[in-house]
Amino acid sequence: MEERAMTFPQILLENAKRYGDSRAAIREKDYGIWQSYTWKDYLDQVREFALGLASLGFKRGDKMAIIGDNRPQLYWGLAACQCLGGVPVPLFQDAIHKELHYIVDHSECRFALAEDQEQTDKFMHLKEEIPRLEYVMYDDPRGLRNYKHDWLIAFTDVQEMGRKFGKENPDYFMNAVNEVKPDDMSIIVYTSGTTGNPKGVMLTHRKIVECSWGFLTWDNLNETDNIMAYLPMAWIGDHIFSYGQALCGGLCINCPESTATTLHDQKEIGPTEIFAPPRIWENILTQVMIKNEDSAWIKQKSFQFFMKVANRVEKKRIANERVPFTDKILYNIGDLILYAPLVDNLGMRNIKVAYTAGEAIGPEIFEFYRSLGINLKQLYGMTESSAYISMQKDGDIDSESVGPPLPGVEIKISDKGEVMYKGPGNFIGYFKNPEATAETLEDGWVHSGDAGYMTERRHLKIIDRAKDVSQLTDGTLFSPKYIENKLKFSHYIREAVAHGMDMDFVAAFIDIDYGAVGIWAERRHLGFTSYTDLASKPEIYDLIYNEILIVNKRLSEDERLNGAQIKRFLLLHKELNPDDDEITRTRKVRRKFVAEKYAKLIEALYTPGQDHVDVEATFTYEDGRTTTMKANLKIRDAETF
Amino acid sequence: MNEKAEPILRAENISISFGGLMALDDVSLEIYPGEIMAIIGPNGAGKTTMLNIINGFYKPDAGRIIFEGEERPEKMKPNRIASQRIARTFQNLALFSGMSALGNIMVGRTMKMHSNIFSQGLYWWFSQKEEIEHRKAVERIIDFLQIENIRRTPASMLPYGLRKRVELARALAAEPKLLLLDEPMAGMNLEEKEDIARYVLDANEELGYTIALIEHDMGVVMDICDRIVVLDFGKKIAEGSPDKVKANPKVIQAYLGKAGG
Repeated sequence: MEERAMTFPQILLENAKRYGDSRAAIREKDYGIWQSYTWKDYLDQVREFALGLASLGFKRGDKMAIIGDNRPQLYWGLAACQCLGGVPVPLFQDAIHKELHYIVDHSECRFALAEDQEQTDKFMHLKEEIPRLEYVMYDDPRGLRNYKHDWLIAFTDVQEMGRKFGKENPDYFMNAVNEVKPDDMSIIVYTSGTTGNPKGVMLTHRKIVECSWGFLTWDNLNETDNIMAYLPMAWIGDHIFSYGQALCGGLCINCPESTATTLHDQKEIGPTEIFAPPRIWENILTQVMIKNEDSAWIKQKSFQFFMKVANRVEKKRIANERVPFTDKILYNIGDLILYAPLVDNLGMRNIKVAYTAGEAIGPEIFEFYRSLGINLKQLYGMTESSAYISMQKDGDIDSESVGPPLPGVEIKISDKGEVMYKGPGNFIGYFKNPEATAETLEDGWVHSGDAGYMTERRHLKIIDRAKDVSQLTDGTLFSPKYIENKLKFSHYIREAVAHGMDMDFVAAFIDIDYGAVGIWAERRHLGFTSYTDLASKPEIYDLIYNEILIVNKRLSEDERLNGAQIKRFLLLHKELNPDDDEITRTRKVRRKFVAEKYAKLIEALYTPGQDHVDVEATFTYEDGRTTTMKANLKIRDAETF
Repeated sequence: MNEKAEPILRAENISISFGGLMALDDVSLEIYPGEIMAIIGPNGAGKTTMLNIINGFYKPDAGRIIFEGEERPEKMKPNRIASQRIARTFQNLALFSGMSALGNIMVGRTMKMHSNIFSQGLYWWFSQKEEIEHRKAVERIIDFLQIENIRRTPASMLPYGLRKRVELARALAAEPKLLLLDEPMAGMNLEEKEDIARYVLDANEELGYTIALIEHDMGVVMDICDRIVVLDFGKKIAEGSPDKVKANPKVIQAYLGKAGG
């Protein structure tokens, strides 16, 4: 095997040499047209920006904050920073001031690259508070014409400075690139915990390169493949797939015109590889379902019929069993009139492989896409592992597991049931936080914080965050998230909170999906005035009751979780809201807070015979005003199996 | 804004009446290059009438319009005036409802196109080149107003705020020397108003357009305008910077009513 380049600057040089102007490296839809940049362009842009940075005094080891939507310029900025031996620090574009302040200050950024005026404005404030921040650069000059500061420079102006600097110092760039070593830190990715401040995960060139190659070989991806770059750059997933993998494999990445046009742009490009968190897969499915319910009767019937066929066939395929002849014929007909057109409409016709990661995905959702013929796979990874731990394998799919360990990864389950791993992507530590590093990284093994186990097929199955897993009084394993996720697979349920720690049985709060349930009610001519009103209707209780039975049925199929079926539930009078501190912005339930706030409701759920509870709720409006309302919540018993 | 500069448009002693109603009575105003000028006033003050006279839709009974130093001939048609590069938007939207947003905006380029309907239909040579060139200009405006995601949506399916934005885009597509906006924020919620205010400001600052706008709501206008003319019952009652106008007792009276009556 040929010697592989192990640093991104070297890889970029090689790609420019190998593909030159013959292959697009990055595309961006701008002014309604896809603008392509070849690998040679990529290198030129990066070189000029890097030299510009150098002329501003960028030194090896300097940190540069990067914030904005996926734009070629931001990826070039990231690469340029690495070429000089610097460390990019990508940030979430919707992060609020407090968060940005902490990260920019903690990571000691001297430079910042912002996408547009919105993001630049954030840095204008940060610059006043953090003297260490020296230069702010921006890509899109729109609205910035009247901002006059010597420390605020346009991306193209930095490149112009770079061209001048390059003429005076012709060897500077190559010298800098040769200085970069595989074990140098290549990026710091901050992860937001549910508690405390974000932690800066330090990763190196070698780790990202090895993991990228690991993914590429696992699924046979190469320079003919295309991927959409639309996920936040601050997420390790995007860094691996839109940057690491793209550079290592020579893949072409495509930046959508704007967030709102992503699906349309995807249809135009027809990517061969897709990476999305479950939330996006769920949204697409809900859209399809709602559109289907609006279509003509005959179309609805044939949709239902052929989806059943597809589901049957997929179940056989997953189990590696022979598909009966009649189903084969039916599947082919279905492919002609339903599956292929639908997949084409979703922009997924050319998909070789699609991934879901970041959270557990519902088996029903997972199977829906697979039965359409999309090769969707679950991937389990975390920032601390460069997203590289385990993944489902072609021909060995299990809809409930996250697949076998990826090559080079060892997984063990600690005595407490926590998943621990050791792999090529393991991080070198948290930036300036040795205590947290020592807690997480032990003799090369990383504590994932997740509870899970290995199945008989040697697949890893994740249950929940380890600290949330507990037991019922009879000793049954109780994982709130596992049950909540099962509930949330129903598109009538938006949010759920399961209770059961040290209790006799499991009970749940349910938040209905106002949109989907609202449409359901309208179709049945069921009038309602507000969320609270809708959630208190007996018809809606019946609807959710049936959804809960489905979940209980599924739980009863797993003998470890048989005892954790939901016995009682109630529909909350309001939606759980991050503004009320009930869930985080990434929609993770703040259990402790909810348990305290709704103690009265929980007590009622566990009081035998009580079938309703009065509640007084305080709402906070966006302008800070509050209002109180009273509601009477009904409690229902659910049948178990 | 440059007060000393020659005004791009000067309206001198304009009067017009409809039947017995004196809509405008001896009103004079100037619009200077590079400024955002607002005409404000209570309902029925004659704001839209003034705008209609500026773009030639109405002929004044008395007075004259001087655009770029030349007096406008009496019988000039509105389409000729449009080709002099005065563009406008309407208080009650006037979009082609079955046409996509893109198509509507392309209409704004019509004045600039030279090929005829036949060669356009065949999409040949010159027309093809021309179409592509104009499409590029339109795409820059789409980018400017951030309406990429509705490019292909028929105007009738767009929410009100976006239709207003498409209309603004169409006016911008004509690359006007003078852009007239008739109540660009009417019927919008606060957030939409702020959006439009931002675009109007950007059009002025980034693209350098001279803008005259009519607005009913004083709040936003005060924030974005360089100069304000206040009309009341067809008469000009005040003129000057927002602060000066705000403090003018006549203006306060026109808006709040006379004390005790």
